[in-house]
Amino acid sequence: MSTHSIIELENVVIKFAGDSGDGVQLTGNQLAETNALFGNDISTFPDFPAEIRAPIGTIPGVSGFQLHFSSQPVLTPGDKYDVLVALNAAALKTNIKQLKPGGILIVNSEGFDSKNLRLAKIEESENPLINGSLDAFKVFQIELTKLTKLAVKPFALGNKDAERCKNMYVLGLVYWLYNRGIDNTIAFLTRQFKKNEVIANANIAALKAGYYYGETTEIFLEKYLVKAADTTKGLYRSINGNQATAFGLLGASIRANLPLFLGTYPITPASDILHELSKHKGYNVYSFQAEDEIAGVCAAIGASYGGSIGVTTSSGPGIALKTEAIGLATMLELPLVICNIQRGGPSTGLPTKTEQADLLQALYGRNGECPIVVIAACSPSNCYEMAYLAVKIALEHTVPVMFLSDGYIANGAEPWLIQDLETMPPILPKYISSNIANAKYQPYLRDENLVRSIAIPGSVGLEHRIGGLEKENITGNISYDPLNHELMVKIRAEKVAMVANTLPLQTFENGNETSKILIIGWGSTYGAITQAVSELQNEGIDVAQIHIKYINPLPKNIGELIQPFDKILVAELNNGQLINLIRANHLKDAKGINKIQGQPFQIIEIKEAIKQAL
Amino acid sequence: MHLENNIQLFTAKDLETDQEVRWCPGCGDYAILNSVQKILPELGRSKNEFVFISGIGCSSRFPYYMDTYGLHSIHGRAASVATGLKLTRPKLSVWVITGDGDSLSIGGNHFIHTLRRNPDMNILLFNNQIYGLTKGQFSPTSEIGKITKSSPIGSVDSPFNPLALSLGANATFIARTMDRDAKHQQEMYRRAYYHKGTSLVEIYQNCNVFNDGAFEVFTDKSQKPLTALFLENNQPLLFDEGRKGIILDGLKPKLVATEDVSINDLFVHDEGDKTKAFILTQFFDEEEFPRPFGVIYVSKEKATFDDLMNLQIESTEIADKAKAFKELLYSKNYWEKK
Repeated sequence: MSTHSIIELENVVIKFAGDSGDGVQLTGNQLAETNALFGNDISTFPDFPAEIRAPIGTIPGVSGFQLHFSSQPVLTPGDKYDVLVALNAAALKTNIKQLKPGGILIVNSEGFDSKNLRLAKIEESENPLINGSLDAFKVFQIELTKLTKLAVKPFALGNKDAERCKNMYVLGLVYWLYNRGIDNTIAFLTRQFKKNEVIANANIAALKAGYYYGETTEIFLEKYLVKAADTTKGLYRSINGNQATAFGLLGASIRANLPLFLGTYPITPASDILHELSKHKGYNVYSFQAEDEIAGVCAAIGASYGGSIGVTTSSGPGIALKTEAIGLATMLELPLVICNIQRGGPSTGLPTKTEQADLLQALYGRNGECPIVVIAACSPSNCYEMAYLAVKIALEHTVPVMFLSDGYIANGAEPWLIQDLETMPPILPKYISSNIANAKYQPYLRDENLVRSIAIPGSVGLEHRIGGLEKENITGNISYDPLNHELMVKIRAEKVAMVANTLPLQTFENGNETSKILIIGWGSTYGAITQAVSELQNEGIDVAQIHIKYINPLPKNIGELIQPFDKILVAELNNGQLINLIRANHLKDAKGINKIQGQPFQIIEIKEAIKQAL
Repeated sequence: MHLENNIQLFTAKDLETDQEVRWCPGCGDYAILNSVQKILPELGRSKNEFVFISGIGCSSRFPYYMDTYGLHSIHGRAASVATGLKLTRPKLSVWVITGDGDSLSIGGNHFIHTLRRNPDMNILLFNNQIYGLTKGQFSPTSEIGKITKSSPIGSVDSPFNPLALSLGANATFIARTMDRDAKHQQEMYRRAYYHKGTSLVEIYQNCNVFNDGAFEVFTDKSQKPLTALFLENNQPLLFDEGRKGIILDGLKPKLVATEDVSINDLFVHDEGDKTKAFILTQFFDEEEFPRPFGVIYVSKEKATFDDLMNLQIESTEIADKAKAFKELLYSKNYWEKK
């Protein structure tokens, strides 16, 4: 029997790293799910290589999955790791800098032979397992391949299939180490491989063998326990940002009782929204995988013209191609939702890495005076609500709405306190379907919010023409009249500005107007900034925090909130974009906290920047 | 919204809008507009069920002059906008109005992909072999050597053969007509309307300002008999008032004098025969052959894109969507925090 002592921990940050073929993502997801089901608060951060299958064993081929699980509320996947599981030399080399001193390092010693060292570009004499460079860590070397093969021997698998079970072996070991049951993963494996029982059973055997390896050997002297977190009561599930975006769009379509039309073209990291929505055609979802980005958005405009909810999803390079069509939707004053799941740019940039550098593109990246509504989700689960609201605003204000997310929250997962559809605000589109008054239909006649009533093609007696040429207000007839053009430019701008009347006022996440310094953020940096600020407050430093979800129009009271501060910081994963808005609109000498490395902020980076600015 | 049992009759006159038609006097577009306005009332549909979607170019002003639903979109993208509309509103009669620059140059990608998908709509391609709206540059259908503002010593761009391109993209209906022949045009538009699938009608349209007479060789009364061949299904290929014909030597077409051959030996047009259609589309570069006008190819085999997509939606349609959505949200492992 095990005589290991159990040490209680508040939280653990663990990183699995291996070759992109090692099943690292699956392993991490399983641990995340099991911990979430146990009741921990969690946050995950998958870190994929850009190549589909980079050469095995090389640095570009390293795939990682970071998980933060805690008995306290969790806002980020964590800065540094408490545990690193490295399946080969390249994985160790890429990640070791992030392992805390004294941290646990579990390595597959077979991943450090001459060949693996060469592929990782490490000299034989510099082998970290023997040169002493790992002395600061608790290193556990395991002959993972050999042990896995032994465990699955009864199933007579081929060499490759047998070796593939090694992720389950190491997962079993981690389950033991953190005092978690293996039942959830056994159930998962049974489901996953229901068509191949032998593979399912071999993986289960590897999982169990890993678990018992911890139990029976003396390699670990202690095991750990992270208790369940005390979060808001209710029903939770784990969700990533892209799933939440798809569900938000779908929920809005059900609530508005209108078909959802997704016109799109595959692009990293947005494609999972297409994949998810394509599964749900039975909800009246049209998923149209177009020949290019432009066709995707134009078909969405066509569907929108026909009274469906037109949506297009992409990332920066694709958004660039869609800009002319977004201008068309602005002129037509039709609802349109554009989801930009941002990635590192410019050009092809860093497809699998995160960045917030498309904000100015979202705000200004079109020809002419072409304002649209821009909103940004702040966490994986928040994508649900923000995507839902994107549809609501587009339909109720007959405007294009740009929904901003990014690779970090699109692929990152967290527990979501499930928001049932009936708790979401109603959606009231602006269509007229019959000519009751029998008067001539005026397509650009507006209500008090400057919103036009849309007549859907097919409606009797409402025949009309619209187009991208400047039009006369009210009638919609083509007009080159100078004063009319100026009027229309101002009306379109005012219509977007008036959306602010329906938006919630901005509040402080932390601190208040008497705090010494204000930090402003938007989008996916919410977790890191909030955690940093609350840690500083615990240290007695009085910091106020504003996190902006509605960027155009900004909440009406934003100026009022900002005005009292002499010291304002704007943290963004770009070279300074929101800061321009703050400086230009509110004449404040704000300073930037900027990071442009394709990686999210670490909490410590924000904390240090705030301390320096004080 | 669709009043199929309560068709509201209308006339060609009812299709005129209050907008002044602004094409240059003498432009071939007027004849096309008239022909479309002429046939629409005969199709047994109410006016509100027609939608005209255009891109950019002279021809793309067309929707403003039709008192139906209309959308003047952006350059080259009309087919994409139309696809989104047709998929979600399959009962509408959707017409794409486009030109050689719009569909074969900037919108070439959408053009071929629309044809292969085969949504049930009609594409009227106004081919004038020139950029008119931008005042006279060569287009992707202009001939090599063409002198224009952007090719002052002659264009070195080889032109597209629009119908061969369409056939290569697996179009299910291709036809050619000319602005000067109202009766033929109207017949082609009717045929296009009744074809279930994407119907492509290439219209030789004269731009009397920047490319006057480009098609005169086919449209001029004195030259027409020798240069234009009007196709009739199941009829032999004859022109020059029946004096000349075409035979097939294997797959190779040859010109013959009809007096030299038996009528039974002539190439008989078969709209459903793709091989023959391909041969006809190649009467293009070789000047000795007359240019075919009429329906060159029709395939009734292929399902339409809108039918296929709507079938997927209808066959899996969920009755209680809110309830199913709730189950979907809770379908993954969920847990309760007490």
